[in-house]
Amino acid sequence: MKLAVASGKGGTGKTTVSASLVSVWKDPVIAVDLDVEEPNLHLFLHPEITGRRIAGLEVPQLDASKCTYCGKCSELCQFKAISLMGEVVLTFPEMCHGCGGCIAICPEKALSPGVRELGEMEWGSAGKAGFLMGRLRVGEAMSPPLMRQVKEKLGKMTAEKNADAIIDAPPGVSCPAVNAVMDADFILLVTEPTPFGTYDLQLAHEAFQPLSIPMAVVVNRAGMGNDAVYDYCRSAGLEIFAEIPYERSIAEAYSQGRVIAETSLEMGKLFADLAEKIRSAVPESLYIMAAIKEVRHA
Amino acid sequence: MVSQKESDMGKIAITCQSPDLDAQMDSRFGRCAGFLIVDPDTMKFEYLENGQAQVMAQGAGIQAAETVARSGAKTVLTGYVGPKAFAALSGAGIQIGQNVENVTARQAVELFKAGKVEISSAPNSSGHAGGGGGRRGGGRI
Amino acid sequence: MPEVLVISGKGGTGKTSLTAAFAHLASDHVICDLDVDAPDLHLILRPDQTVSQDFFSGYEASVIKDKCESCGVCTEMCRFGAVSDAPVPEINPLKCEGCKVCVAFCPANAIAFEQKHCGQWYLSETRFGPMVHARLFPGEENSGKLVTLLKQQAKELAEKQGRSLILSDGPPGIGCPVISSLSGASLVVAVTEPTPSGLHDLERVIELCACFRLPAGVIVNKSDLNENISGQIRDFCREKGLAMLGSLPHDPVVTKAMVQAQAVTEYCDSGFSDEIRKIWAAIVKLI
Repeated sequence: MKLAVASGKGGTGKTTVSASLVSVWKDPVIAVDLDVEEPNLHLFLHPEITGRRIAGLEVPQLDASKCTYCGKCSELCQFKAISLMGEVVLTFPEMCHGCGGCIAICPEKALSPGVRELGEMEWGSAGKAGFLMGRLRVGEAMSPPLMRQVKEKLGKMTAEKNADAIIDAPPGVSCPAVNAVMDADFILLVTEPTPFGTYDLQLAHEAFQPLSIPMAVVVNRAGMGNDAVYDYCRSAGLEIFAEIPYERSIAEAYSQGRVIAETSLEMGKLFADLAEKIRSAVPESLYIMAAIKEVRHA
Repeated sequence: MVSQKESDMGKIAITCQSPDLDAQMDSRFGRCAGFLIVDPDTMKFEYLENGQAQVMAQGAGIQAAETVARSGAKTVLTGYVGPKAFAALSGAGIQIGQNVENVTARQAVELFKAGKVEISSAPNSSGHAGGGGGRRGGGRI
Repeated sequence: MPEVLVISGKGGTGKTSLTAAFAHLASDHVICDLDVDAPDLHLILRPDQTVSQDFFSGYEASVIKDKCESCGVCTEMCRFGAVSDAPVPEINPLKCEGCKVCVAFCPANAIAFEQKHCGQWYLSETRFGPMVHARLFPGEENSGKLVTLLKQQAKELAEKQGRSLILSDGPPGIGCPVISSLSGASLVVAVTEPTPSGLHDLERVIELCACFRLPAGVIVNKSDLNENISGQIRDFCREKGLAMLGSLPHDPVVTKAMVQAQAVTEYCDSGFSDEIRKIWAAIVKLI
């Protein structure tokens, strides 16, 4: 199964929960960091990196000797990545989404595929778990194409090892966050009992609902704010699978880069129970069906 | 594309908020309301809307530069030009007078004619999509 | 127009709570929430909307079923996996990037291409001054256009009302929305926390500021959680020549104020609020 750990608001403990679930997961599992803008999972899992590659995006390259300045490329491009300026064709690789339209439409075959560097991918192992992450190059604006490549690699890794996947998703509810969770079998929403946490949980719940993927909530720092988050979960029919208490010792352990599930027996049990609840909430037949469907599509 | 009847100076594109020579010009380039394309000899002008660039998520500066290039203008007078629009305009052989602000379009033309507008060799706005400009694919030889 | 932009890289460092306090302490300013994806500042400022406008951005393709001849070109050409391969293909709006390739190559002209209504933006009044903010619909692309629009609106409003400062709450991360929010800022205030993630994300955000040659200052929130990393953050600031604007302890008063929908400095006059006042004074000196 694929589990996505998400949160509308950043800093609610998404990465902490992901790392802890990886550490207590009984079956073979791959930990994936899809928060490519600010990946943090490796800071807790300390993976041994065994492979790495630059992730590139296909952008057009112009052979000016073949160009007749017909302007078809520039007319098609929705992102102004290729522009006919009078009698000069300019390319702006950093604007390109890699749709391949200009290369396909050029009647003179004057455009060929080039590459823009989006960032890099790294993989390896963290204890008995597999590990995979994407890291966006600083200054690069587009995360979805890098995320797509990480997800492709994940598909291969899970198939190879017949493993589950735990995805640390980016915060927010816009397209990177939705992209990260859309292929999951289950979404775990991490929040905190504060007005910000409650409001952002509501945004995330609304954003992910159309995906028809089962969801549940983890309340982190339980006891810190007010009860609004519980009221919301009740009215929205969202089940709370776990509550992590608001304790300074937990915050300190986190600040030392420790995996919370490994700090005490009590925490270990809390996350083992959480993993079990997630497991039983997703009937095996369901994700096997999803996997078969995916293979057919590939 | 460029008519032969024009003066040596060539037509000037000025970023503006409304089709009026005596109204305050717009200091933005990519997201300006429109352009006044002025013949500096006769002060006759036409108005081009920049609406197409304004609705774009990204690349408004490049779109606006295309509009200017199509108009046949040889010079742009404006406040701030980002790196991509700068690359696009220079690629098309259009000279750029930046930092022209808080004057009317007519005054901008007068300043330019008097040689009081510095023609820039680099963009003066970091732009919002960052990074460098375009790659020149080469022009017609 | 001077603009102070508060960002954090990592979420949950207290960026919005501090921005709310600065909004309380500042005078003669316009407040701008640039975190359009998951905006929270309005929960403290409780704005009264005076203007609400639709926000359109980008295009979205959809198959016109009656015209489709099931040739499969669209499915084959889409690089984003957005077009299904059913007899009559369907386009998944969550995956469609609006590149128009399917529209251009469809031999039957069977694909419509329409502008997307992606969200709302607002001009509002708050007890701390006028506020510009927005709400992107769930799952929409946060391209930076909405951020740019809000910044322009804030600037125009400030000019119209003769105000002298824009105070902005920035988005998390380092991608497109953040890059857009940095444009034209006079000072970037990065709020971090002494955790491995906090330091890691601070380094990336500061590198981004350096790309744009923007001056930046740093606030270490919850600094007593890990004095060791707090020290590393101070060293990092020294090394990079960043202004160390101040440190704040981990204090439940921040959450208590939030629950009351108040800025921390409004909620109490204690030591914590004094520290924020000192930090704000340091920021004002740098503008």
